[in-house]
Amino acid sequence: MKPASAASKSHRVRTASEPAWNLRLYIAGHTHKSVTAFENLKRICEQHLQGEYHIEIIDLIKQPQLAKGDQILAVPTLVRRLPQPIKKIIGDLSNTERVLVGLDLRPQGEG
Amino acid sequence: MRGSRTSPSRKTFVATAVDKCPTGIVGFDQISQGGLPRGRPALVCGGAGCGKTLFAMEFVVRGATRFKEPGAYVSFEENAAELTANARSLGFDLAGLMRRRMLAMDFVHIERSEIEETGSYDLDGLFVRLQYAMRSVNAKRVVLDTLEALFSGLSDTAVLRAELRRLFRWLKEQGVTALITAEKGEGSLTRYGIEEYVSDCVILLDHRLREQLSTRRLRVVKYRGSGHGTNEYPFIIDQQGISVLPITSVGLDHAATAARVSSGIRRLDDMLGGRGFFRGSSIMVSGTAGTGKTTLGCTFVNAACARGERCLYFAFEESPSQIVRNMRSVGVHLQRWVDRGVLKFHAARPTLYGLETHLSVMHRQIEEYRPAVVVVDPVTTVLTQGALNDVRSMLLRLMDFMKSRQITAYLISLSRNSEPIEHSDADISSLIDTWILVRDLESGGERNRGLYVLKSRGMAHSNQIREFVLGPRGIELLDVYLGPGGMLTGSARVMQESRDRAQAGASERQFARVQAQIAGKRTRLEAQVASLQHKIRIQDQLIDQLVLERRADELAGQVARRELAISRGVEVVPGKVRNRGDAS
Repeated sequence: MKPASAASKSHRVRTASEPAWNLRLYIAGHTHKSVTAFENLKRICEQHLQGEYHIEIIDLIKQPQLAKGDQILAVPTLVRRLPQPIKKIIGDLSNTERVLVGLDLRPQGEG
Repeated sequence: MRGSRTSPSRKTFVATAVDKCPTGIVGFDQISQGGLPRGRPALVCGGAGCGKTLFAMEFVVRGATRFKEPGAYVSFEENAAELTANARSLGFDLAGLMRRRMLAMDFVHIERSEIEETGSYDLDGLFVRLQYAMRSVNAKRVVLDTLEALFSGLSDTAVLRAELRRLFRWLKEQGVTALITAEKGEGSLTRYGIEEYVSDCVILLDHRLREQLSTRRLRVVKYRGSGHGTNEYPFIIDQQGISVLPITSVGLDHAATAARVSSGIRRLDDMLGGRGFFRGSSIMVSGTAGTGKTTLGCTFVNAACARGERCLYFAFEESPSQIVRNMRSVGVHLQRWVDRGVLKFHAARPTLYGLETHLSVMHRQIEEYRPAVVVVDPVTTVLTQGALNDVRSMLLRLMDFMKSRQITAYLISLSRNSEPIEHSDADISSLIDTWILVRDLESGGERNRGLYVLKSRGMAHSNQIREFVLGPRGIELLDVYLGPGGMLTGSARVMQESRDRAQAGASERQFARVQAQIAGKRTRLEAQVASLQHKIRIQDQLIDQLVLERRADELAGQVARRELAISRGVEVVPGKVRNRGDAS
């Protein structure tokens, strides 16, 4: 997990001026779950949103005050800040289908 | 400070001694013998609107203001603005506490519809936020207000339960005294069974309705390693927060004083051994409607205020201004005492709330005002609010409480016309030290008032009925008429008295007449006696005359006989003649 080492720092996976997808991943330290979540997220984004996304990782151990803003309770939590409306997906994102539904990348109920 | 550090390591010794963290909630610390278990989580549960949030809020606020223990308040239901507004209505300045870094608040909002769950997760986010809030103020007290909201926000209950267990363990490690609120479930203490994680102290709040009147009750369901009151205690929520009616004062160990207080009516004092009531005793005045019970009470209050004693008057039937006005008409001026702050009225409709609430309110008022005399007018309307047994035990608590404070309790009891006065109040009579009865005495087409002392513990008291008259100068007690015609009061008494006077006058004249008659008779008799004595004297004179005449005759006879003998030559016995001659 290379980018997570610079926790809470923005990771511009692709330098687009204003990516349509603004995602935030909240974690609490480098646990197995957070590593898995980041890897899953990255894979899904590369597959479905290539060039259109921006992931920010926030480590709550280091920046606990940020948990309030997005009402973070469980970790890992993925917050889709853009496009609106805000969506939250909690867990290690291991179920790709659920993540795609959660991100509105796939209409609910379809394959 | 010390407690919060040491308690986690003391966990194994809890059975012997539990360090307590006072809540500052009136009455609760007495029931729980010191407060919540320090350094451990406690649970407060109950239905909607039972006061859980307020209980938790007061715990944190009092901790900050009174015990210098900062607190962290994590709410799952209301945000900081809402909580601040709610708390302000109870006089808690949350914003000020936050500014002074005595309080940290966090609002945890979970909206299930916004959340998708996929894969494994934990609640480290919550832990982080909790820890952040706690550290920001160095919290000693933590509240998690309706932690169970997590269950409705997250679907993986297995994870939740594991995380909750971890949370409580973590809270203990932090050494904070935590209070967790939870909604009451069907047939269980909490809806999601949180009580199984919080095993040290569980408090149940209850808000129930009976006959449209609500009563709040509190019960300590369990308290590991500590004694606690096991009853249900009524509590109230008012402008000062929660007040639990404690019963630690219940007992018969209050000191009895021999000091006396005047009833305000000299003749009533006379009836009570000449010196009035005992200070700190309980006095009940019973009577049917319109017998002057309130006036008696107000006269007592008036006298107490004049002595400079503070009086608290619970009016359940009349408004204070009405009482003041009515009393003015009988020459008892109460307004001046109100103005001087020695008399306080507390008026409430009996149906405003249930019995327990009434008594809690009274309790709180007494605590605050610290009076020497408390009048409850009338106590009977409050009594009808509950079942007889409840009433009795509640009243007992109140009386004991007042006795322990040396407060003279003056209870006014309205009796129903249909039943004998002595019976209607019998269920509480054993709590009463001095019992005065005011009753109607109907006769001669009018109604009058009679007053007597039914009982008065510890003093010689009169057994006589006094007529009780209300005039512009207050209460007067008069002797009733006791005569051949029985006991009379009112106009009958007045008439009988004038009749008596008339009768007495008549007999006086009769006496004079008879006296004169007898004197006349005596005079006549004396005259008779005089005339008889005159007659006797006349008779005596007659007898004397007769004797003289007879003697003269005898002499004359002898002379004649001697002359005859001489003339006949017969020897005359010389002695005889000589004697006769000597005698004459």
